[in-house]
Amino acid sequence: MSSSSFLALKQITKRFDSHAVLYEFDLNIEDGEFFTILGPSGCGKTTVLRLIAGFEAPDEGKIVLDGTDISRLEAEKRPTNTVFQSYALFPHMTVFDNVAFGLKMAGVAKADIRSRVREALAVVQLTDFEQRKPHQLSGGQKQRVAIARAIVNQPKVLLLDESLSALDYKLRKQMQIELKRIQRQLGITFIYVTHDQEEALSMSDRVLVMNNGQPQQVGTPREIYESPRNLFVARFIGEINVFDATIIEARDDFQYLAQIHDKQWVIHANQRLEPGDKVHVLLRPEDLRIEYLEDANEADGMIGEVVESNYTGKTLDSVIRLDNGVTVQASEFFNEDDPDFAYKINQRVWVNWVHGWEHVIKADELS
Amino acid sequence: MKAFIANLNFRRLVITLTISWLSIFVLLPHLMVVGTSFLTADADNFAIWPITLDNYLKVLDDTYAGVFWDSLVLSGITTVIALGIGYPFAFLLSRMTPALRAILLFMMVIPFWTNSLIRIYAIKMLLGKKGLFNLVLVSTGIVDKPVQLLYTDFAVIFGLVYILLPFMVLPLMASFDKLDQSLLEAGKDLGANAFHRFRHIILPLTMPGVIAGCLIVFLPAMGMFYVADLLGGARSLLLGNVIKNQFLVARDWPFGSAFSVFLIVLMGLLLWLYYKANQYVQKQGGMDDQNL
Amino acid sequence: MTRISDPRAITGRLFKWLFIGLVFVYLYLPMAVLVTNSFNKSKYGHNWAGFSLKWYQELFDNNAMMQAFGHSLLVAALAATAATLIGTLMALAIHRYRFPLKSATSSLLFVLMMSPDIVLAITFLIIFIALGIQLGFWSLLIAHITFCLPFVVITVYAQMKSLDPNILEAAQDLGASEARIFRVIILPLMAPAVLAGWLLSFTLSLDDVIISSFVTGPGFEILPIRVFSMVKVGVSPEVNALATLLLVLSLTLVAVTTWLIKRQKNQ
Repeated sequence: MSSSSFLALKQITKRFDSHAVLYEFDLNIEDGEFFTILGPSGCGKTTVLRLIAGFEAPDEGKIVLDGTDISRLEAEKRPTNTVFQSYALFPHMTVFDNVAFGLKMAGVAKADIRSRVREALAVVQLTDFEQRKPHQLSGGQKQRVAIARAIVNQPKVLLLDESLSALDYKLRKQMQIELKRIQRQLGITFIYVTHDQEEALSMSDRVLVMNNGQPQQVGTPREIYESPRNLFVARFIGEINVFDATIIEARDDFQYLAQIHDKQWVIHANQRLEPGDKVHVLLRPEDLRIEYLEDANEADGMIGEVVESNYTGKTLDSVIRLDNGVTVQASEFFNEDDPDFAYKINQRVWVNWVHGWEHVIKADELS
Repeated sequence: MKAFIANLNFRRLVITLTISWLSIFVLLPHLMVVGTSFLTADADNFAIWPITLDNYLKVLDDTYAGVFWDSLVLSGITTVIALGIGYPFAFLLSRMTPALRAILLFMMVIPFWTNSLIRIYAIKMLLGKKGLFNLVLVSTGIVDKPVQLLYTDFAVIFGLVYILLPFMVLPLMASFDKLDQSLLEAGKDLGANAFHRFRHIILPLTMPGVIAGCLIVFLPAMGMFYVADLLGGARSLLLGNVIKNQFLVARDWPFGSAFSVFLIVLMGLLLWLYYKANQYVQKQGGMDDQNL
Repeated sequence: MTRISDPRAITGRLFKWLFIGLVFVYLYLPMAVLVTNSFNKSKYGHNWAGFSLKWYQELFDNNAMMQAFGHSLLVAALAATAATLIGTLMALAIHRYRFPLKSATSSLLFVLMMSPDIVLAITFLIIFIALGIQLGFWSLLIAHITFCLPFVVITVYAQMKSLDPNILEAAQDLGASEARIFRVIILPLMAPAVLAGWLLSFTLSLDDVIISSFVTGPGFEILPIRVFSMVKVGVSPEVNALATLLLVLSLTLVAVTTWLIKRQKNQ
């Protein structure tokens, strides 16, 4: 990406006790996008956020926001605001005073403070809570106050640190939709840090997947989910079946004949491959097709038996042990015409997939 | 059934012990002090009828009111100095690594393991005409001849702060420990500079510690008669000296009690203030643990 | 965040350690003078006249002093033990049982902790006279137990609160009686807090001057009274030796306790 990005982290290195959490890390974020940094705990995602906020200073590299180098700017002078994981509401101040805090610090006139706080509280739908203290609020309400307190300052970038993780499932779902709405309404760049892949996929314009301080892949949720660049991304974003394969011959149109275990398959890959190349063939559980063995016409799928089959409400999730010893997971949507549809344990089945739905990555890539 | 009775007995034993011990040795004696303060002094029976307000009138008498006032001033200065040293000390310690902090706190408590009277004696040695202080002052040429440090108000304050400083630091440390670091980051994030963070976040949130610290420095300071006795010379400087005199020498218990009631009332007042401060910073359930 | 090489940060660190250093000089200088002078041949300690153990010799030869020292240690040990026992039971009552006047109980403990020593001293004196308890060993012991109580309760209660209530319910479920739960489960788990409470009580008891001055009688002299009469008038180098011994004793106790708590935690 070009250097004209709205927010750019350039060659950032950050060490804690001589251990490099980030090493020559680059990141580019566009104006007005909802950008999510996703990764397991300890991957450095929160450090990235804290570097942008100014709570940490990079050991090397620089951070450029809207054309200005902010790397050496104190946190209190940066045009960014943070929604903390613990909310960090000031316990001795009312909701109003919490939200007004940033404006007071910036020396905004009293009358303006009043109207802007009201506005911000309206955005998060907490209009009647001005005089409450934080301990009189529920978790979801605290969350809203924390958001209001950040957006009232009209930051160029809003940073959200695992902000929804303390909420229960239902509230979290609701707040995801809220956040997305607020972001659209305000048009501010949101940078959201989470370890929850579902949250990342449902809210973001773009997602960065990180591991061990290294960016693994940047892309739209769809790209990340459907075309993971490596095994880490593939496995981190939901369940996936990985088949090891060897290319036998190249055909035209990125079609290849490949050996997968004891069978030969025609697979589709987005890249040039040579005969002899080792590859991983990736298939999401919902991409697999299962049929009773006796119903199958030709046995060009993989044969195995059902070892587990669980009803989840929307889908039937099965684990199948193939005869070659590999275990695969399949997830099938219910067929409304066949409500009794289920597998018996030890049922012999036949596993296949729709040609072209597979995603192929080279085996020597970082995994 | 037998087990139920055994449980009941153990439980009853524990509860009875708790209530009776505290009633007999805490509640009752406090009430008796208040009661005695309204009685008339008697050489043989300590205190007798009739009920009178004379003791309180005597407390307000010029001579004693003067002692009372002096005592308040000395304790006040002691408290302010202890806070002035203790607050930055606790603040700096709270920002250190836990290991270092533990070591420094531990070092702060070590001098406590000698009797406080002996420690005051140590200060007496230090401040004397030929003590280390004067030795240093003279040998560095700051003064020509040894200055009178001992038997002055300065010496008393020096000693009181010495004995009471850790009592100031410990509640302050507790307050700083409760201070959530993310609140300071939030303050920074919202544009507050170091001064504003201190003024709007750190200071209000550590106020309970400040008040608790002042409370357990100010009140005891007024009672430490031995500090005044050893470092302050002949004058009765502290309330403690007066009370001790009334009880152990003059044998005027009602009058001594009246003085103590003033202290108790003062304590009540300060506790109320402490309670209010706690309410003010009330965190998510964290601060209202004061009921033990 | 300022970086370490920032000159402002360096000055800041310098001031910080200078300040902390000065506080410790203040705290330790008097003690250091005492300890040094306890080995000083010179009586007045105005200059170093050579190393000597004669003040220790004089201390040990001073029967009245040694007796008072013994009395103080005895009272401190007994009071600490009793206060720890009673305080732990009180913490249990407040933590585990419901009973009328429970909040009054907590308030009384709070008052006890916050009351200035001088007030406590006269409350004890008055109650002992009223109850006809002879001033001496027993009055001293009861007073010391009582003023140590809230510190034990606070220490133990804090740890009890962190105890998983399911553990106690599991014990109950498995048929353990209340007394047994206390002895077999609560006490062992509270051991570090109980030890800390004991140590704190021991320290408080040894440190006390004010309350002891009021509640002891002529028949049972303890250290502060003895020392007071010695240092009121002039210099007595035996006190230096005594202070040094007390310090060594306390440090040993703390070392042992810390070691015990550590061992307990490792188990």
